Amino acid sequence: MQQTFVQPEFRVKIDYDKCHKCGRCVQQCGWGVYDFNERPIPHDEKCRACHRCVTYCPAHCITIEKNTLAFRDNDNWSADARKAVWKQSETGGVLLTSMGNPKPYEHIFDKLVLDACQVTNPSIDPLREPMELRTYLGRKADSVKVEPDGAGGFRLAEDAGLARNIKLDVPIIFAPMSYGSVSLNVHRSMAMAATRLGITMNTGEGGMHEDLFPYQDHIIVQVASGRFGLSPEILDRAAALEIKIGQGAKPGIGGHLPGEKIDRDVSATRMVPQGSDAISPAPHHDIYSIEDLRQLIYALKEASGYKPVGVKIAAVHNVAAIASGIVRAGADYIYLDGFRGGTGAAPQVVRDHIGIPVEIAIAVVDQRLRDEGIRNQASIIAAGSIRSSADAAKAIALGADVVAIGTATLLALGCHLCQSCHTGKCSWGITTQKPELTRRIDPEWGAERLTNLVHAWSHELQEILGALGVNAVESLRGSRERLRAIGLDEQTCRVLGVKPAGL
Amino acid sequence: MIKAATTVPPAGVIEGYRHVAPLIDRDGATATVDTTGVYFQQLNETVRGLIGEGVTTVRIEGVNGQRYIGAGLRTPGVRIEVLGCAGNDTAMFMDGPEIEVFGNAQDGVGNTMSSGRVVVHGDAGDVLGYGMRGGRVYIEGDVGYRVGIHMKAYEKNVPVLVCGGKARDFFGEYMAGGMLVLLGMNARDEAQPIAGGFLGAGMHGGVIYVRGAVEPWQCGAEVGIAEATDDDMAELRPVIEDYAQALGLDAAEILSAPFTRIAPMSHRPYAKLYASM
Amino acid sequence: MAYDLGRYDGFAPEHYREESPFKIHGGCGLMGICDESGALMSGEEPIKAMAVQRDRGNGLGGGFAGYGIYPEFPDHYCFHMMYHDLKAKDEAEEVLGAHFLIEVAEPMPTRTVKGIKDAPLLWRYFMMPHEHLIDEAEVTAEDFVVNVVMLINSRVDGAFVASSGKNMGAFKGVGYPEEIGHYFRLEDYAGHTWVGHNRFPTNTPGWWGGAHPFTLLDWSIVHNGEISSYGINARYLEQFGYVCSLGTDTEVAAYLFDLLLRRHKLPVELACKVLASPLWDEIDRMGADDAALMRSLRAVYGPAMLNGPFAIVLGFNGGMVALNDRIKLRPLVAARSGSKLMVASEESAIRTVLASPDELWTPKAGEPVIARVEGMDLPFHSQLHVTPAEISCAVTAVDACHELEVAV
Repeated sequence: MQQTFVQPEFRVKIDYDKCHKCGRCVQQCGWGVYDFNERPIPHDEKCRACHRCVTYCPAHCITIEKNTLAFRDNDNWSADARKAVWKQSETGGVLLTSMGNPKPYEHIFDKLVLDACQVTNPSIDPLREPMELRTYLGRKADSVKVEPDGAGGFRLAEDAGLARNIKLDVPIIFAPMSYGSVSLNVHRSMAMAATRLGITMNTGEGGMHEDLFPYQDHIIVQVASGRFGLSPEILDRAAALEIKIGQGAKPGIGGHLPGEKIDRDVSATRMVPQGSDAISPAPHHDIYSIEDLRQLIYALKEASGYKPVGVKIAAVHNVAAIASGIVRAGADYIYLDGFRGGTGAAPQVVRDHIGIPVEIAIAVVDQRLRDEGIRNQASIIAAGSIRSSADAAKAIALGADVVAIGTATLLALGCHLCQSCHTGKCSWGITTQKPELTRRIDPEWGAERLTNLVHAWSHELQEILGALGVNAVESLRGSRERLRAIGLDEQTCRVLGVKPAGL
Repeated sequence: MIKAATTVPPAGVIEGYRHVAPLIDRDGATATVDTTGVYFQQLNETVRGLIGEGVTTVRIEGVNGQRYIGAGLRTPGVRIEVLGCAGNDTAMFMDGPEIEVFGNAQDGVGNTMSSGRVVVHGDAGDVLGYGMRGGRVYIEGDVGYRVGIHMKAYEKNVPVLVCGGKARDFFGEYMAGGMLVLLGMNARDEAQPIAGGFLGAGMHGGVIYVRGAVEPWQCGAEVGIAEATDDDMAELRPVIEDYAQALGLDAAEILSAPFTRIAPMSHRPYAKLYASM
Repeated sequence: MAYDLGRYDGFAPEHYREESPFKIHGGCGLMGICDESGALMSGEEPIKAMAVQRDRGNGLGGGFAGYGIYPEFPDHYCFHMMYHDLKAKDEAEEVLGAHFLIEVAEPMPTRTVKGIKDAPLLWRYFMMPHEHLIDEAEVTAEDFVVNVVMLINSRVDGAFVASSGKNMGAFKGVGYPEEIGHYFRLEDYAGHTWVGHNRFPTNTPGWWGGAHPFTLLDWSIVHNGEISSYGINARYLEQFGYVCSLGTDTEVAAYLFDLLLRRHKLPVELACKVLASPLWDEIDRMGADDAALMRSLRAVYGPAMLNGPFAIVLGFNGGMVALNDRIKLRPLVAARSGSKLMVASEESAIRTVLASPDELWTPKAGEPVIARVEGMDLPFHSQLHVTPAEISCAVTAVDACHELEVAV
């Protein structure tokens, strides 16, 4: 075995004076960092800085530090760039990583600020006054058609209602993450929380495990290029169907769940053999053009008794035109995933260099659909690094109906963003199928944490609405007048449809 | 000024399909539906309605390109006969029924199908059996590009797709399970090779049988090519017999030539492609 | 080269202008039919073929081109015109009158059709060019005609030449193709060759001139799919002076055919191999001579390869060429019934027109289906010497020439 040039990223330090020698760290670490020989001996090169051992060490004697090896200064050849070359010359492999784009691209959300009422109109106290967050996801009519009800009043004309919409108590839903990439307990946690919160979770491309059937009214089932876990029965159970075209973390490429993550239960849910790779092709092979998308949308509607069908795409250069085509193809919602969105596994080069920010995507799509008079025909879900209720509020003000949270969901369950989901060894029991690790998440505990998170964000959204002097989220939706930019260039402001602060 | 080519102008815009209910001729558990010029939504609604009322055989006449026939149907024991050219995504997501097409079928037959049987007395188009997870699809004639792409098996659900004629590129691409058979008989073009290129590219499960030989250049890098053994033939024979019976062909003649077996060399074809960061 | 899109201020294409020089997206359905015996078919046939393919479009563009439809005027140039208003008509007619002897000027026969609205004024003209002007300018008749098309399209506000060939015409607009066909009373025409198109644009140009087919002189082109190599195809064409101002794949395909067939004089079969190149593996398996030829074509014309899904039908006076991309990402079915050769995106379209064809097949990726009317030559427009920039002007109604005179 050749000597690797890539030195460990972290140093694991144990204060042996405090150490109980209990071996808890050995047992907690999914990466196999620790040997035990009378006391724990760390192997730095395996550490991912996930802090599982640090969190559960009863003596609090572990610290993780950066391995601060000096490299000869070179602003062009960063240490990471050098390490990547060494790694690839050792392996010949495509660099594989996980979670969202960590590069220091400009954060547009952080350069937008919200408005508040002062004097000329009143702000509202959200704790004691009504403050409505309910949102209907799906296609709406352009106008409401009514007919006389025969008793002197009126009733809805046939097909004029919201029957094919999904009612969301708050405009925050859980983003698609497949069973296989995450554990069943993560799915259970999301399903229970979604049901309690009156929102939805999304299966991702991996099917719906039978344990989730009781929560099926709150579950969106994804139809992706590998068509995993799809049967007419599952279509029947789903609250809505979502055609996944792309993902913000890896626009334009397929997926690949390695065989070692496919145990008996995952295999049953995906309906593929155990231990065999589950490969999702880059495109749907029945969609090579926009008219084919229409064909699949209507195939799903025909096969499911006309359930809502959404389409998820990665935010890319021509997202506005693409979204317009998607709406015209009959989609009930469009899911826009920005380039900071997470993933269970993606080539680093794709994750870090393809796609555009979701802020831009929301703005141009919402505007295009309005320009074409088809904004009512589909809802917009925005995702791809919604980090807080503030991001959610700004996304909604830019034009989104709903935001979806994936990385934040996993953070709530213990994720520390160590970007190692693809290894299948997650010490927090999230992105693994090893039973000794997955049992670390008790679904009841997980559901409670997720419920807490969404409740907290909902309260904060209500605070924001109150400050804005409106008591219903639809008064914020698309209201770019309530946003101002600080430090964004003129061109970006124009694309966003947002004025600079002071104007 | 310009002479009229036709003397009688049409009454209105020529419609490809009309949004009207098809004519139904019901005889006990059998119904004949004339769908000439009827849009797929009305046709399929009618078919679902008839099956809901207990009809077990639906004969659809005048089919010309209507999409999604049998899509999502989950009633076993139901038989649908299609007279004419079956449209795109016929039998998509189907789980149980049998569809017999007397004519050609367009693209996407058996897309993500779960179980049941589709028999086509003619050719079929591209992306036939995409993501198929169970049931059987039998095509008498030629098939297009990307046939059997990403077929997959799970436990007792083992999809089987038999093509009587020749196929184009990407036959069995990404195949993850089930059985694909290519006979190269009754083909329109004698000179064309039995399959195009990229046969079994990315294949990581299941098996492909080809009557006669294929050249290594035709196959993806992930597969091994071998002459079918006696054990293989024991697996293949009942499939061919069923196929021949369904289409009124001679099984013995089909089986009279040697078969080539194409199977993946690994269930994990890309295990070494990546370097973990 | 830089091209100032803001300069043009004509009737057109608000949305096109906005999007250019970026790409306009869209999918579609198409058909083409040719009776190689030269016998004429009613314009109802192409309508029927497009009507069953209605779900392939979204009502934002439909159109047809017919050949052999004006037997009374086989040698006259027939201009199908779209006018924004009467002023545009007056100005354009002044241009036409100055260059041509106008035999007939008449409104296009149309009828009211539900769903078709905001139609421009539609006129047609049968004309012969003034010989003395051709002589004076020392150009060929074809050059002369293209120059007039260009002049109108780029300099007359609110006027657009929808087609300009002999014994042919384009009928197109915003609507479903069967509505457009009915609107233009296509049943009153009979042609030996027809092409038809159903658009599914992912934006709303809402501009009648933006529907397919695109035409110039006798050529017409319809297209399904989206070419992923648009960026480099456009830049390559710009090297030769074409201006891809509409941002559509169809425009790029039209210029590539013009470049390869007319200017570089490649046989149509080889031009198709440029656009839908065989894979290197395939080339390496060919015999030595073929392989050498294909290698050169790919190496020289690499930037002209149309990469990504497409099916194209090129119509001309005397036949058609249908072509699929190199790995067959768009559907194309072909059939022969007696002397009729037909292609379409779906078999159902063929069966609507040819109930029981003698032969029906799916062409291989990158292998053209070519129909030729007996006794008619392939119109390569060898007498055409205009520059690519002028071609661009003529085809797209965008005034690119001035800029290009400097830039080229």
